[in-house]
Amino acid sequence: MHSPGEIYGIVLALLFAVAAGLVGSFALMKRMLLASDVISHVALPGIGVAFLFGFNPLLGGAATLFLGTLLIWQLQKKTGLATEAMIGVVFAGSLAIGAALTPQEDLVEALFGRFQALSLFAFLVGIVAVLLIIFVIYRFKEQLLLSLFSPELAAATSVRLNRLNLYFLLTFSLTVLVGLRFMGALLAGALVIIPATTGRRLASNVSHFLFASCLVSVAATSLGFLITAVALPRFSPGPIVVIISTLFFALSLLKKTR
Amino acid sequence: MTTANEASVLSVQRLTVSFGDRTVIADLNFEVMPGQNLAIVGPNGAGKTVLLRALLNLLPYEGVIQWAAGTRLGYVPQSIAADRQLPLFVSDLLGAKAHLLKLPAEKVRETADIVGLAPDLLATRIGVLSGGQFQKVLITFALLGDPNVLLVDEPTASLDELAQEHVYELLEKLRLDRNLTVLLVSHDLSVVYQFATKVLCLSKASPCFGSPREVLTPDTLAKVYSAVPKFYQHVHDHHSADHA
Repeated sequence: MHSPGEIYGIVLALLFAVAAGLVGSFALMKRMLLASDVISHVALPGIGVAFLFGFNPLLGGAATLFLGTLLIWQLQKKTGLATEAMIGVVFAGSLAIGAALTPQEDLVEALFGRFQALSLFAFLVGIVAVLLIIFVIYRFKEQLLLSLFSPELAAATSVRLNRLNLYFLLTFSLTVLVGLRFMGALLAGALVIIPATTGRRLASNVSHFLFASCLVSVAATSLGFLITAVALPRFSPGPIVVIISTLFFALSLLKKTR
Repeated sequence: MTTANEASVLSVQRLTVSFGDRTVIADLNFEVMPGQNLAIVGPNGAGKTVLLRALLNLLPYEGVIQWAAGTRLGYVPQSIAADRQLPLFVSDLLGAKAHLLKLPAEKVRETADIVGLAPDLLATRIGVLSGGQFQKVLITFALLGDPNVLLVDEPTASLDELAQEHVYELLEKLRLDRNLTVLLVSHDLSVVYQFATKVLCLSKASPCFGSPREVLTPDTLAKVYSAVPKFYQHVHDHHSADHA
């Protein structure tokens, strides 16, 4: 039998999978998919400080990730360089600070995370965050598409590019943060990256693409939890979920490229 | 704010656009009347696209750009400025604009019809369209929201001659049928000669503004471009018969 805390964890993971599929699809089209893997490291200094002073590491991580995202946005506006490049700079700096700050024995947990039973409060906070992510993507879907297709055409259609970019970056970071909660910094980006890439191979228009990404993401997450529960009780579901989504991607290679 | 000439759709006064300390457009003045087809010509780097972007308020500028009240702008960007690798059907792209403008869904089909975009193309990926088809998609996109002014940037770059002619004739037909004002950036001077009602040449050395007959003379062109481009006055004599 599962405790309520475990059920909360599974429900949140499944909803997160939907959010990760959606955000990943847009990150892929923005050509910043790999950034989801590194942006999580921007949380590390906060996690380190939290370990040092003994408060909730997620809170510390959230704070530096939020500040880091604003910094990335500002830098990109100021320099005119690609978002990806700015994430690279901020990520490398944060990683160094985080590694220096975080006590050695806690570093592994910070990097790889652990799936834990959730308190009702953590569950509710997670649900609100995930629903917010899904809402933002749904609400700004058309604007994002136009800005990807042609920024100047989007601007001429009265899309405010700077603001839109900030919303997307914050959503992107929030997704990675929620992923951090149960997958750890190294794997948090995986559900953003792999299902979207798989979905992109399977679909040729945008609604099919979004749907396929979410489907792959949810299927990998449910299978991952199921297999862990049934066959590998000593494993953390995070890596299993990622391995299964990688297998889905491998299967998608069977589809011929047109 | 300066009041625009009563009748004009657009009045530009002392327009200056600079990037850092490089001035691209300096002290430009011109007016556009309703229903005109203004061709904007000039050598590379003269600021043609920059002018369009300033007119669309996408760039900071100095001076006055005054559109008549009730002006609705449609913009057809250069097709190379668009990412065609995205997994988008034509209907996704057009639907996105219809959604943002809160237009009913059938508006997309209606507008595609006006442009002559075949219905089956709506369910086609933008990446597999021919250059001419893609240009029609961009024009359809611009026409959503029922603009009365179209700003068109190099609509025929990378099209073969037949497709080029098709696009220009389409734009001309739209202008006449829907009483549009058209501002068109073009490299193709014979086309400009055929379709434009006014010509604006952007050139640091010698900017000019006037009817095609006044402006498109080898003499003026020699000043506008450093060398005379492949354009001869003989088009003058039988241009109307060329594309009958």
